[in-house]
Amino acid sequence: MPETVTATSDFAATPISLWRRGMNSLATLAAGAAVVLVLLPLGAVFGYLIYKGIGSINWAFLTQTPKPVGEAGGGMANAIAGSAWILLIASSMGVPIGIGAGIYLAEYGRNRLGNIIRFTADVLNGVPSIVVGIVAYAIVVLTQGHFSALAGGVALAIMMIPTIARTTEEMLWLVPNTVREAAYGLGVSRWRTTLSITLRTATSGVITGVMLAFARVAGETAPLLFTAFGNQYWNWKMNQPTAALSLQIFTYAISPFDEWHRQAWAGALILIVLIVLAVSAVRIVASHGMLKGAN
Amino acid sequence: MKGPQPVAKQEVVGSAGTQGEPLLKAGNSHIADAIFHLAMLACGLCVLALVGLIIYELMSGSRLSWHTFGMKFFFRSEWDPVNEQFGALPFVYGTLVSSLLALLIAVPLAVGVAVFITEMCPRWLKGPLAFTTELLAAIPSVIYGLWAIFVLVPLLRQYGEPFCARYLGWTGMFEGPPYGIGMLAAGIILAIMVVPIISSITREVMTAVPQQQREAVLALGATRWEMIRTGVLRNARAGILGGVILGLGRALGETMAVTMVIGNRPEIARSLFAPGYTMASVIANEFSEATGDTYLSALIEIGLALFIVTILVNILAQFLVWTVTRGTPARSHA
Repeated sequence: MPETVTATSDFAATPISLWRRGMNSLATLAAGAAVVLVLLPLGAVFGYLIYKGIGSINWAFLTQTPKPVGEAGGGMANAIAGSAWILLIASSMGVPIGIGAGIYLAEYGRNRLGNIIRFTADVLNGVPSIVVGIVAYAIVVLTQGHFSALAGGVALAIMMIPTIARTTEEMLWLVPNTVREAAYGLGVSRWRTTLSITLRTATSGVITGVMLAFARVAGETAPLLFTAFGNQYWNWKMNQPTAALSLQIFTYAISPFDEWHRQAWAGALILIVLIVLAVSAVRIVASHGMLKGAN
Repeated sequence: MKGPQPVAKQEVVGSAGTQGEPLLKAGNSHIADAIFHLAMLACGLCVLALVGLIIYELMSGSRLSWHTFGMKFFFRSEWDPVNEQFGALPFVYGTLVSSLLALLIAVPLAVGVAVFITEMCPRWLKGPLAFTTELLAAIPSVIYGLWAIFVLVPLLRQYGEPFCARYLGWTGMFEGPPYGIGMLAAGIILAIMVVPIISSITREVMTAVPQQQREAVLALGATRWEMIRTGVLRNARAGILGGVILGLGRALGETMAVTMVIGNRPEIARSLFAPGYTMASVIANEFSEATGDTYLSALIEIGLALFIVTILVNILAQFLVWTVTRGTPARSHA
């Protein structure tokens, strides 16, 4: 008996071996190094964008259309406006359909069809953007006969819908059932309840979803290559090729001209500022709670 | 028939037992409600229709190429638009190699970051770190490409590739002139792009591992690393694998950044320094210039293959993540 006791106390007193302590420190070090290695490119990308971009942004860049090759100056005004125009077209289609699908999933979708739609939305979310471009080309460009802002908008709308639908659903689920019941109890019809009570309560959450989708498609280039196509001039027509900021950055980046490289950096800086603003707005809204008054 | 008649159509539906159903159903606006229901249903069906449309358009668009080349399309390495001879092997090879290379670099980093954020770092640092790594995912592909062309590629050409050639040249994978542009550059930029996806899923599944599990392993006398290895990572491995596969899905379909640095030459070379071409890049580069029906059809067939592969990969990944996180409350990804 005493032997057992000695053995136990010995065991308890045994310090953690050097090897195990070493492995522990090594693992901590490795994880820390991984963080540094991942943050390094992030810092480098932002650093270069600011360093190269900020000097090239001037009034001309923001107000003029591109100059012919070899001439200094000119800007990306038409591309900035074109991006806004295409995003407006995309949002006008994608946001209502996305929110509608989200409402269906949250309010009517606890059944087999709902599950199928939910699964399909996740599938759609994973479709490579270039494939979406092919489809928008087949639907819009082939029927219209030429590249157009509309085709670009359709491609981006297809990419927005699943993101918006799934976040809207999640946000509506957060609204307590008692809120709906209170409305029904006052004799409010179901559709009024959904629109004026449930959706309204979850407004900031739904806006978060929309902004996330917006940030995701704002920088998309691949689906615009053969839909919006790009344009060196102003265009406000739905059915004409339109410039886009991301397309212009791509064209300028792979060109052999220094002046264009400079402008590519400037365009990229503007694009990233817009996207970071959108993402930060989401972050702020999210930290203040997704629901209005219902918590 | 006599007896008490309902005063109005208003009816009370007792549903004490069912949690999902509201207590009272408004009875007044049946028509408006039905219309609203139908409208929302239509929006939901839109999602189904879109996926159907994608499949239909890809299938009908690629039919010509499928009939001309058949299954051999994916095993031929000829890409000759002039004589209308098309084979997708170099693109399949380029896509696979660049994506796998990306995973090779990204997985250890992403898991390391996730371990650091969930288990090691002080609480006040968690939020900012998670936000910063997710910011990496918000940067558009084209900006990564721009940065890669002007920063990463020159660095690789001057330092990275000569270094690899000197010390790893014996493997045969680091041979030839260091252009900078090529498979290696594509793999690295893809790795940077998939790290946030893998690490955010890894964080999610690690958080899903019960706290008691950690405490139990620590109580047995394990060091922190042993606790993480045996108590957390081992339990979350299916979900982590899901995150890795999700990253693979993203890497396979990634277009712009890769197109800008991979060199765009349809060749199969053993060296990672050599230029290559991926399925997504060939569509991006040649689709709007494709003349001739077979050419266009061949490109759409590549798109169809890309679509099918990414869908399967995504479904598998979601299933794996679900096996770990089921039972824990759903978390928003915002």
